[in-house]
Amino acid sequence: MSERVLTVEGLATAFPGPAGPVRVVDDVSFHVDRGEVLALVGESGCGKSMTAFSLLRLVPRPGRIVAGRIELAGRDVLALPVTEMRAVRGREAAMIFQEPMTSLNPVQTVGVQVVEAIRLHERIGADAARRRTVELFERVGIPDPGARFDAWPHQLSGGMKQRVMIAMALCSRPKLLVADEPTTALDVTIQAQILDLLREIQRETGMSILLITHDLGIVNELADRVAVMYAARFVEEGSRTAILGAARHPYSQGLLRSIPARARRGVRLAEIGGTVPPPEDWGPGCRFAGRCERVLDHCAAERPGALRVGEGHQVCCHAVARDLAAATREAAR
Amino acid sequence: MPEAHVVSNAVVALLVLFAALVLRRAGRSRLWREAGASVVRRRPVSLAVVLLFVAVALLDAVSWTGGGGDAGEGDVVSVHQPRSVVDRAFPADWNEASYSAPLARVEFYGGAPLRHPGRHLLGTDIIGRDVLHLTLKGARVALLVGGLTTLIVIPLALLFGVSAGYRGGRWDDVVFFLISTLAAMPGLLLLIALIAVLGRGPVQVCVALGVTGWVGLCRLVRGETLKLRELDYVRAARALGVSEPRILFRHVIPNLMHLVVITAVLLFSGLVLSEAVLSWLGIGIDGSWGQMIDQARDELSRDPPITWNLLSASAALFALILAVNRVGDAVRDALDPRTAAELA
Repeated sequence: MSERVLTVEGLATAFPGPAGPVRVVDDVSFHVDRGEVLALVGESGCGKSMTAFSLLRLVPRPGRIVAGRIELAGRDVLALPVTEMRAVRGREAAMIFQEPMTSLNPVQTVGVQVVEAIRLHERIGADAARRRTVELFERVGIPDPGARFDAWPHQLSGGMKQRVMIAMALCSRPKLLVADEPTTALDVTIQAQILDLLREIQRETGMSILLITHDLGIVNELADRVAVMYAARFVEEGSRTAILGAARHPYSQGLLRSIPARARRGVRLAEIGGTVPPPEDWGPGCRFAGRCERVLDHCAAERPGALRVGEGHQVCCHAVARDLAAATREAAR
Repeated sequence: MPEAHVVSNAVVALLVLFAALVLRRAGRSRLWREAGASVVRRRPVSLAVVLLFVAVALLDAVSWTGGGGDAGEGDVVSVHQPRSVVDRAFPADWNEASYSAPLARVEFYGGAPLRHPGRHLLGTDIIGRDVLHLTLKGARVALLVGGLTTLIVIPLALLFGVSAGYRGGRWDDVVFFLISTLAAMPGLLLLIALIAVLGRGPVQVCVALGVTGWVGLCRLVRGETLKLRELDYVRAARALGVSEPRILFRHVIPNLMHLVVITAVLLFSGLVLSEAVLSWLGIGIDGSWGQMIDQARDELSRDPPITWNLLSASAALFALILAVNRVGDAVRDALDPRTAAELA
């Protein structure tokens, strides 16, 4: 049994809306083991980032966590007083963001910002912190780290800034790194470099990563397990091979079909018809029902429960449930 | 209660000490050192003009009694009245009887001979005071109004603006209500009312100008804070476990400074001009350029008109404000790392 770094049970985060609170994260449960990379996949606005922010209790006002339990490195995050929560942030779990361009304070040199991060969690002298920063810069592949210490953020490229952010996140050796679309704003070659760096560091330190992305290519590069999110809920969760190779949920299947592939050159790319329903149209049942090609009569009325379809592979879908039932009947006959 | 001139001397000493400390402290930081060098390089003339005005104002604020009072045996007043360094630069019996044109040898009306023929560079005013002397003394009042009021406005605006923008919620509503209410009152009317209540001393006028002047900057600061609060580097700092006060002082306020600097400069010039307006309404500070301009109202309608009085005060006002604006502009550019890189 591997060590659990993060356990989330029944997490719900809500924002006030015109017609009562809207749950942008609704009854989400998952876990991340030590040294594991869990990818959280879904389209824009499905609640991926809010799930990530909830983990560190950083949900922007007026949103707040309304239900659930989060256990990070053995500590109940939602029960911690504010000062202890601050110690958890950065030390147990660090976060890197989507937009490296705005993730650094423009009026401080990058070195000073990393030093600040180091000295936040460690009693260490200014010179020692400076040396550590230069080492970290070297570790994350910043060329000429000594000179870069005094660089201003605007003097660095996007990839370099993301490396600085990674250095900052790594400085207190967190057990979990939450990476919120870490490569979305970068061009493709830099993306590959940053992903390589993340994987290298992850292997070296045994850190766990919660990777938030909408890019299934990145999932394939980095993830051990994948969770697919749709309209604030998890719809499918399983190992990378299970999801990328044998996804069961119609939404996951649709996502996979919409990736361009060389074998289907010239063929019109498959798409999922319709758009994500706005929160006020979320019914009691499956939220994908309106766009699903396998929709059943009771889909819109009844919420599908989690169904085990393989080793660590869960799906929330009535159609899959019926398939399974049919298969068992077939086998019994 | 110590005499006024003693207090004034002490304030000057404190100001000089404070400025020296600030300069020393700023000299240690690379950002400020580079900013200073950039300003000196880009605006040498304007900077020199500003420093000249500051020097004159400081010299005019240091005064003591006795010494050099050779205005004549019977002149008791001049012996006991404190005179500043600037006053002492002129002879004690410098005053003439009435108007005289610049460098004139005789009075303007009547043609009676002057006590110091040809030596009043900018002429004399209605009661024979040397205009150059008055203009130099005006610098102190102008810098007092601009400087002290700015010092009142900035902390007020930062305190309310940052707290409202950062905390949001009910407190934001309260501050915004306050701002809107103040902004809705006609500024001049409020000023007159405040001066009527507080009195007409220089400090009182500064307080009145400060109370009416902080709203604009506060609104700006609040808006900018609202924006900064949601920026990624503030979020990143929070995700790293940085405490809220530290976020405010290291990540929010430094990023507001360019706004504060440029507003302070504009405010400074605006305030010096407002004082002129107040003087024109007869509620300004004694000895200001505004008062000189106010008096010129009557003088312009004389025949032939007296113009040197008005021109000297206006030129001084113009020179100070232009120089301050140009220096402020350079300071803002130098403090913004993005433009600073282009300038270097």
